[in-house]
Amino acid sequence: MRENLHRFFRAARGAGVRLSPAESIDAMRAVSKVGFADRTILRDTFLLTLAKTQDEKKALGDCFDLFFDQPEPQPLPEDGKADEQDPSGSNSASDSPGDASGGDEQAEGLGQLAQMLLAQDRNQISAAIANAASAASLSDIRYFTQRGIFSGRILDQMGIQRLRDDLDNLAATNPALAERLTKALDGLRGTVRETVSQALMLYGREESENLRNEILRNAPLSRIEPRQVEQMRHLIRQIARRLRERYSKPRKRQRRGHLDVRRTIRRNAAWGGVPFLTAWKRRHRDRPKIVALCDVSGSVARVSDFFLLLIHSLHEVVDDVRSFAFSGHLIEVSDILESKSPEEAMAEIMSKAGFGSSDYGNSFSDFEHGWMSAITPQTTVIVLGDARSNNLDPRADILRRIAERSKRVVWLNPEGRMAWGWGDSEMPRYSTFCTVVRQCATAKQLERAVSDIVASYQ
Amino acid sequence: MAENRPSASIEAVESGLAAQGYIASRQIATAVYLAQQIEKPILVEGPAGVGKTELAKAIAAWRGMKMIRLQCYEGLDEAKALYEWKYAKQLLYTQILKDKLGEVLGGAPTLEAALNQLHDFGDVFFSKEFVEPRPLLQALEQPAGCVLLIDEIDKSDAEFESLLLEILSDFQVTIPELGTIVAVAPPTVILTSNSERDLGDALKRRCLHLHIGFPEQRLEERIVESRVPGISQTLRKQMVSFIHEVRTLDLKKLPSVSETIDWARVLVLLQAPELGHEVVKDTLNVLLKYEADIEATMPQVSTFIAKASRQNVFG
Repeated sequence: MRENLHRFFRAARGAGVRLSPAESIDAMRAVSKVGFADRTILRDTFLLTLAKTQDEKKALGDCFDLFFDQPEPQPLPEDGKADEQDPSGSNSASDSPGDASGGDEQAEGLGQLAQMLLAQDRNQISAAIANAASAASLSDIRYFTQRGIFSGRILDQMGIQRLRDDLDNLAATNPALAERLTKALDGLRGTVRETVSQALMLYGREESENLRNEILRNAPLSRIEPRQVEQMRHLIRQIARRLRERYSKPRKRQRRGHLDVRRTIRRNAAWGGVPFLTAWKRRHRDRPKIVALCDVSGSVARVSDFFLLLIHSLHEVVDDVRSFAFSGHLIEVSDILESKSPEEAMAEIMSKAGFGSSDYGNSFSDFEHGWMSAITPQTTVIVLGDARSNNLDPRADILRRIAERSKRVVWLNPEGRMAWGWGDSEMPRYSTFCTVVRQCATAKQLERAVSDIVASYQ
Repeated sequence: MAENRPSASIEAVESGLAAQGYIASRQIATAVYLAQQIEKPILVEGPAGVGKTELAKAIAAWRGMKMIRLQCYEGLDEAKALYEWKYAKQLLYTQILKDKLGEVLGGAPTLEAALNQLHDFGDVFFSKEFVEPRPLLQALEQPAGCVLLIDEIDKSDAEFESLLLEILSDFQVTIPELGTIVAVAPPTVILTSNSERDLGDALKRRCLHLHIGFPEQRLEERIVESRVPGISQTLRKQMVSFIHEVRTLDLKKLPSVSETIDWARVLVLLQAPELGHEVVKDTLNVLLKYEADIEATMPQVSTFIAKASRQNVFG
């Protein structure tokens, strides 16, 4: 059973539950107290000891159900008929024992697997499949392309070679029995295939998810397919969680020069108030204040969508975010993003600001008139856009004034560096006033960019 | 053998808690049972008012143990949670003993000899008499064991969490001047959290993690039955299913079990025979704590009452 538990822990890791060895030891201890008899108690025990958040509890519960729900060996088609004829069958067996022994003799000539299949002992077959699966180290399965190989290995382990020989022999001597055996074999293949697919779901998930995420991280955000949007949102949330974990701890900095009298007296009371040890006042570090201006026209919209999602998932890290969306003119969208789900929020933003071709000059002047006071010397201003202003006045002078008021101006451009300055791109003119200009086309670059911005406050 | 009959012992926990008026779900009972068996703290998370703190009280009452409660808040530190030196007493004693000190050191001809004589007396002023035990240390010193409730751990600072780690994993604390103090009898530790901030992995790893959500309808009816015995069965069923309907709405603060119980008491006080439109409208402020929530619920009241009484007929 210990072996089984270890496999379960591996499956749980695959399902996205972070398990440390210490936790698995705890789970083992707990299981040794509650035993295996009651499955719901066992399930509760695992949920209590292993999963540490609501999401993990759900994932682990699903994983538990899948793991302890082994596929049943498929019964032979004749099974039902045999049951119906059971009374007469048993009668005939008791009436003519010679006949029954004749049947046994037939079976005796056959291999173990054939006998097992003919005997229809479901428990024995499941046990044999489980043994063969562990002999073929089924828990190493990682990719769906390996399904065939593992099915083959399991069947080999169970002695399919011998069964084929038996079938060849029987086909000549006892065609009826051969037919039954063939059907049983089909059933067995089905069961094994199910076992393998289940194992793939249990053990292969982590690997295939990693692979998928890696591809997704490097895919250009503006060109991902609609069906990948949901996956990308999930990925962005993961990134947000990572950034939160890294930066959410409030860091304190000692401020030498300002004595904390209260703490100093307390600390030195043991020496009769003679200040051997000094305590200094501390200051909490500033949390980032961010003003984000996002172009939501045409090709940049997708990137803005994910960027806004990321920025607004960083509550613990970022003190204050104000987001603005623009194409032809500029509006504030912070409240929409805070109160609605990402899909709804984006739809509303697009309907309010997403029409028309982008006009950076006009949008900047909207910002200057309406919200310039939002910028303080602690603010990082992030502009996300391709800086393609359709040959209208870029109003770089406003960006200069924004830069003068703020701590930093970061420009994230989804276009490649090669394209900056070509056609109607005003990037070179704007970049003079930006502290940092970087390309930001994929989730990976997005994470880097936001991570650097937050880190600059630490 | 205990191993063969865990479900019986879990039922024993369930009925033991029920005797104290705490109706526990199977999962809660399993958690309490396991916490006893493998001596681990329970970290209870869930929305406000589902009975996280009550659980600790019920366990203490059931097992006849003292409950020591540590309410966490921002800025809680070692001196308030663990121990503090009784500075005033130390100073007072040094003053009183000044003359005595002269006597002791009287015979010493040199400073060095005096020092040596002092050393022989040991650290008189840093002994246990001068330690003021705070809740955590008190809990370790209880000879009969106790229930230690660390309430709303998410309100404390991250530093305080690290302070708890030693106690949670080994049931001991280290006081630099005295050495390590090990629990006389390991206390049953319950930590509660409203998930205001994410707790550290190190803390979570040391605990059994129990999430108490809103109870199912049946369970909640039983809770109301045990807490408000005077309520009629019809009314109980109606009000609980009404509350379950309210919980499906998108509200700022969903009504939790404590609100259910309060509401039941109010309905009994008003001697309402069954859930009527007027009664509900008048008492909705017991259930919902925000003006916006009440406004959002008001138009739905009739539908919910109709649903609740229909369910009562068929269920």
